[in-house]
Amino acid sequence: MSELVIETRGLNYNFGTQKVVDNLSLHVKKGSIYGFLGPNGAGKTTTIKILLNLLKSPAGTVFLFGKEINTHRIESLKRLGALVEQPAIYSHLSGKENLINRCILLGLNKSKAADLLQLVGLTEAANKKAANYSLGMKQRLGIALALLPDPELLLLDEPTNGLDPNGIIEIRNLMIDLATNHGKTILVSSHLLSEIERIATHVGIINKGKLLFQGTIDELQNLSKPTLEIETSNIIGASALLTEHGYALTVSESKRLSLLFSSSEESARINAILVNSGFQVSSIYPVRKDLEHLFLDITKNN
Amino acid sequence: MRSLIISLQSEFYKSRKTLAFWAAIILPLVICGLITIGFFSNAEKVIARNYPPDALWGIFSGTALGIMGMLILPFYVIFMAFSVNNIEHKNDTWKTLFAQPLNKFSIYAAKYLYAVLLILLSLFLFAALTFAFGHLLHLLNSQFKFNEFSPIEMLSKLYLKLFLSSLGILSVQFIISLIWGDFLKPMGIGFIGVIMGIIVASKGWEYAYLIPYSHPTLVLTLNKSKGAHDIFTRDIYSSLIYALVFFIIGYFIVARKSVK
Repeated sequence: MSELVIETRGLNYNFGTQKVVDNLSLHVKKGSIYGFLGPNGAGKTTTIKILLNLLKSPAGTVFLFGKEINTHRIESLKRLGALVEQPAIYSHLSGKENLINRCILLGLNKSKAADLLQLVGLTEAANKKAANYSLGMKQRLGIALALLPDPELLLLDEPTNGLDPNGIIEIRNLMIDLATNHGKTILVSSHLLSEIERIATHVGIINKGKLLFQGTIDELQNLSKPTLEIETSNIIGASALLTEHGYALTVSESKRLSLLFSSSEESARINAILVNSGFQVSSIYPVRKDLEHLFLDITKNN
Repeated sequence: MRSLIISLQSEFYKSRKTLAFWAAIILPLVICGLITIGFFSNAEKVIARNYPPDALWGIFSGTALGIMGMLILPFYVIFMAFSVNNIEHKNDTWKTLFAQPLNKFSIYAAKYLYAVLLILLSLFLFAALTFAFGHLLHLLNSQFKFNEFSPIEMLSKLYLKLFLSSLGILSVQFIISLIWGDFLKPMGIGFIGVIMGIIVASKGWEYAYLIPYSHPTLVLTLNKSKGAHDIFTRDIYSSLIYALVFFIIGYFIVARKSVK
């Protein structure tokens, strides 16, 4: 098993009497892009704050780089970069000054500020006051701040929030590049599955503080059983025929039949039965359940 | 220690373009400058009274001290406490600050220390400029007898006392500004505190020394009567105790604050 960069063991967290994180056991492997999915208010930001030790976790429940966070706070924080909620930027300073200030705090060479401005495409706005930045520019500056210490682990809370389609694609590509070419581990939270689907290698789905699913993106897809969709001229006749042959139809609409997909050979056999009995089959194809719906199913069932 | 120095550097970097920082320099420059101009333009009247040199220094520095100590210093301290905290409130940067690989206590202590240093700088400039402008007046008009008495001991002692007496207010206001991110609460409470402090101190209430807001006024009124030569008077001890206690309480507030 590869090394775990983030591990929580049965983590619980309450705000007063309200349980925000419920028996959460996250496993984030080194080099993975872990999509942390959940609807708004599911406990994503709280979890990220716990991982940053901004919220104090019970002893022995949160481990970063294999070390307990409360006892290794500074050591752990040195190896990670984070963007939590909206980026925290000093609005009276320019983008460059914000980065230089962080360089001072991290004991880094100030020349790194310019490199990161270039990386996130803010070179031209470097000397502009951050108060005058657009939401997307602020978000990029926030990402630059997170990347400044060249961390092994990045915690990004909804990083594409407020970005335009171009910006979203850029950040997405940046994340993929960081993970595949620079060996970074990234935990990225989002409430949009379609966003995570495009970049993540692993997914954790959280709702009401509980982890409902955790695994690779393929495992998530396999959760949804694909169906075989058949379009034919005579639906009633075709469904009677297939039932006769022992197939269980799941849905039959006015122009389409669906049944559980098992294999390509099976699909060919079904096709042959229909065609040989004189039905006109205009199309026959397997369909994977839309992940978006799967996500909704998973979170709704909770 | 490294955390503390780094955080202090960052505090300076963050605020070097803000009013809070420049006020520390501009305030003494403007006040001492105005008084000097006043003395210069009324030179004949002042010289005619033929004050002995030590009294002349007393009047010259007392003008700045009077305005300063009673009103401007307390408000400046309140404003400083407000601005070093407000910079984080306004930008919602507390969480980022405490997610840095730095000791939490250092981050907090650096903020406090930065406010202390700015107050020290401001008061040092008041003393230094009083001294410098007094001699400048003498240079411009040799009938002033500013050269015949050295006010250094008097000035340094008084301004040191004023500095120490302001630490109590600083700590109290620091906590208020930590808890509330808005402008009105710290300023409102501070304003009431200062007015109350001036009243109880100038009316000579015997327990006035227990109210931090009255300490600067006490320093200045005591100066006129007894205890002028001691630095560590009862009100200074009281101020320092307030400073220490509230500084420690502030840390616990900060440690919990990051939790939000």
